[in-house]
Amino acid sequence: MNPEQQIAEEFQLTPDSQKLELLLEYSESLPEPPTRFGENPHLMERVEECQAPVFIAVEGDAKKVDIYFSAPKEAPTTRGFASILNAALNGRTADEILGLSDDFPTELGLEKLISPLRVRGMRGMLFRIKRKTRELVSG
Amino acid sequence: MTKEAKISEYANPEVLVTTDWLAENLTNVVVVESNEDILLYDTGHIPGAIKLDWHTDLNDKVRRDYLNGEGFAKLMSAKGISRNDTIVIYGDKSNWWAAYAFWVFKLFGHENVRLLDGGRLKWVAEQRELTKEVLSRPATEYPVVERHDAKIRAFRDDIAKHMPNPLIDIRSPQEYTGERLHMPDYPNEGAARGGHIPSARNVPWGKLVQEDSTFKPRHELEQLLFNETGFSPSDPFITYCRIGERSSLTWFALKYLLGVKDVKNYDGSWTEWGNLVGVPIAVGEEPGVFA
Repeated sequence: MNPEQQIAEEFQLTPDSQKLELLLEYSESLPEPPTRFGENPHLMERVEECQAPVFIAVEGDAKKVDIYFSAPKEAPTTRGFASILNAALNGRTADEILGLSDDFPTELGLEKLISPLRVRGMRGMLFRIKRKTRELVSG
Repeated sequence: MTKEAKISEYANPEVLVTTDWLAENLTNVVVVESNEDILLYDTGHIPGAIKLDWHTDLNDKVRRDYLNGEGFAKLMSAKGISRNDTIVIYGDKSNWWAAYAFWVFKLFGHENVRLLDGGRLKWVAEQRELTKEVLSRPATEYPVVERHDAKIRAFRDDIAKHMPNPLIDIRSPQEYTGERLHMPDYPNEGAARGGHIPSARNVPWGKLVQEDSTFKPRHELEQLLFNETGFSPSDPFITYCRIGERSSLTWFALKYLLGVKDVKNYDGSWTEWGNLVGVPIAVGEEPGVFA
């Protein structure tokens, strides 16, 4: 099973009453971006679709794409979404990233708990990662 | 001006409390946290606070509507809130969702509801106590009170009847003009058309609050909402935004801080109006004329 399938299954098997707890655990495990981004904030791009400020950077090459996220502590849901995408996509090939279903955020079954509007923020992040991955590959 | 002096100038100063006041009165009130970010409460909240989520708690599961009287009574009873409790609501994003919850409490005529001036941000900035401990309050018998929409809630058909009275669109200027912040791969906006309801004046909600999330003093709010719009405080007002949450904050400011007698929040807002068949919209910076 690949990482995104594992994550989707993890959420699907978790009862609704504990899903938010799981998302919070993801939120707390989001790695901080390397300090060089803090010194050069323009290296990260803001995802405007998200209601909380979240920044992403995509580096590497087609064989291994590195993704970095930055989101404030006051926005744990956004951090949780970023952390899920980080676990699903970081370090994988460009083809694998571009091949991830656009419906992946929906497959987690969070819309009932979080409202479709908020889950849309995660789709925004995924679209942005894919676009930046395409830019990376096309050079 | 001290924060107490600022609050005392508002039309209904009793609806806003300071962080100092709340810290001293934690055991005398029921504290309710209502956030945009659904996980924030779980990362730490004001001791004793109850979590209330607009999406999972306050909305009806089937209709696009709020709970009915029975549903609200059940919710309040389960949360351990009594009809005569004093409720202090706070939240993130300068109290958007807190003001929204406040408005819903008022739909059911809960008398003693207040907002924490500055919301979560101010409490945290002052390094006041937060806890992850979730206290469950003993269940209560909250009475079934029918929801009274008429006084503070506007529906789509009320808009035309309201003309030519003041309409305030509190969204960002880009949402108001209809210009889309269009990015490649931008997800669906949720409305068929961009723009605003003709004649509405744009006063973005964020202008009402200061950097520390507290409300601006009364004279500054009057400047923004009356002087700059040309609207008179004696007119009836309707506020709206995208789904009625941000506009609850402006509704609150007009009604309680500035004492406008008749203010309604149109919660259908742009996600309804921007999709409605047979209604006019206006595009660009000019308010336009409702015809």
